[in-house]
Amino acid sequence: MKAYSLFKKDWQSELRTRYAINALAMFILVTISVILFSIGQEKISKHLTGGLLWVVIFFSAMSGLSRAFVSEEERGTTLTLHLIAKPSTIFSGKLFFNIILVYLMNLSIVILYSLLFDSFSIQNVWLFFFAAIFGSFGIAVSSTIIAAIISKASAKGTLYPVLAFPILLPLILILLELTKFSIDGKSISASFVELAFLICYDVVMLTASYMLFDFIWKD
Amino acid sequence: MDNYTLTLQNLTKSFGRRLIFKDINAEFKSGNIYGFAGSNGSGKSTLAKIVAGVISPTSGKVNHAQNGIVINSDNLHEHLGFVSPYLILYDEFSAEENILHFLKIRGLTADKEKLNSLFNDFNLYDRRTDLLKGYSSGMKQRIKFIFALVHNPSLLVFDEPTSNLDIKGKDTVYKIVEQESKEKLVILASNEESDLSLCSETIYVENFKQLEISKR
Repeated sequence: MKAYSLFKKDWQSELRTRYAINALAMFILVTISVILFSIGQEKISKHLTGGLLWVVIFFSAMSGLSRAFVSEEERGTTLTLHLIAKPSTIFSGKLFFNIILVYLMNLSIVILYSLLFDSFSIQNVWLFFFAAIFGSFGIAVSSTIIAAIISKASAKGTLYPVLAFPILLPLILILLELTKFSIDGKSISASFVELAFLICYDVVMLTASYMLFDFIWKD
Repeated sequence: MDNYTLTLQNLTKSFGRRLIFKDINAEFKSGNIYGFAGSNGSGKSTLAKIVAGVISPTSGKVNHAQNGIVINSDNLHEHLGFVSPYLILYDEFSAEENILHFLKIRGLTADKEKLNSLFNDFNLYDRRTDLLKGYSSGMKQRIKFIFALVHNPSLLVFDEPTSNLDIKGKDTVYKIVEQESKEKLVILASNEESDLSLCSETIYVENFKQLEISKR
C-alpha cells in the first residue's frame, strides 16, 4: 500500500512534469521514423523487422526509464524519500512506476510497428504476447535497479546504456529468439525453454534487485 | 514523555581521505534541546545527517531507542522529523498535496484538524493549495516544518532551522521547538546564537574533533 502511494505520487508528478513520458514518446517516434526512412522502398525480411522492434524498445527504455531515480537526484528530492519510507518501499514504488511505463511504451511501439511495417506479421500471437509481457517486466526490473545505481554518478546519460547493455543482453537475445519463433508460428510448447529462461531472468533480477537496493540506497 | 534516547559512540566521518570529525561521543534524551555548533565546514550538517540515518558514519555507532527498545535503521523514518535548507519538497505539487502524499507513503491517514492547525501555525493556511514552485524560500522553509511535524515523531533534527526565515517565522519556530521539546528529543545544528540559546547542551565540533559540551 505504501509502495502504491509512492507510485501514485510519481505518476501524478509525471503527468505534471512529463519528465519521462515526453522523452519516451519522442524517442519512439524518432527511431521508428529513422528506420522507415532508411528502409525506403526496400522490402525487409520478417525476422529483421522483429529484430528492429527490440532495438527500438531497448533504446527507448534507455532514454526514459532512468528517470525514476535520476529525476529525484536532479531535483534534490532523494533526501525527502529517505525520510519518508523504507528502501524496499521506495524500490517497489519506483519499480511499479517503471513497469507501467514499460508496458505503455511497448504497447505503443507494437501498435505503431504493426501499422507502419507490412512485413511485421506475427503468426503465433500468444507466444509473442507472453514474450512481451515477461520481457517488458525484465526490462523494467533491470532498468530500475540500474537507474538507482547510476543516479548518483556524474555521467548518468552515458553510464546508463553502458551498464544496461551487458545486463539486458541475455534478455534481448532471448526476446529476439522468441519474436522469431512467434513470426514463424512456432507453438508455445516448442518454445518452452526460451520462455522458462525469460521467467528465470525476471525472478533472478527481481530477487537480486531487492537484495542490492539497500546497499545502493544508503550512501 | 516519549522516552527517546540517542547515543553516539566514537563517531567518525570522512569523505574519501578528508576527515570531517573523529570520535564524537554523546547521549541525548527526550525532554531536552541539544545543539550541534561549529564553524562552516566543521561537519554540523554531516553529523545531523548521520543522526537522521541519511548517511552512515565511517566508524562508530548511532543507537536510537524508544522506551528501551532499539529502533532499526529501516524504521527510523517513522520516529524522525527532519528540517534543513537542503531538504527539497516537490515543486509540482501544492503544499497540501506534498504533505498528503508523504502521509500516504508513510501509511498514515491525514488528521485534517492537525494539518490545518500546522498550516495556521506556520502562516501558510491561505497558500496551502498553491504549487510549491510559486513559494518564496522562507515559505518553503516553513512547509518543511509541517513535513517534519505532521507524523508526530519522537526525534526532531533541525539543521539550520531558521535559515531564510523572517523574524516572525523565527519566533514561530522557537515557540514550536520549545513546545515540542517538552515531550520529544530536539536537536538543532546551527551557528545562530539565537538558535543555540534554546539548547540545554551544545556540542562544539572544530578541527575534526568534539571540542566541548557546553551546558546551560
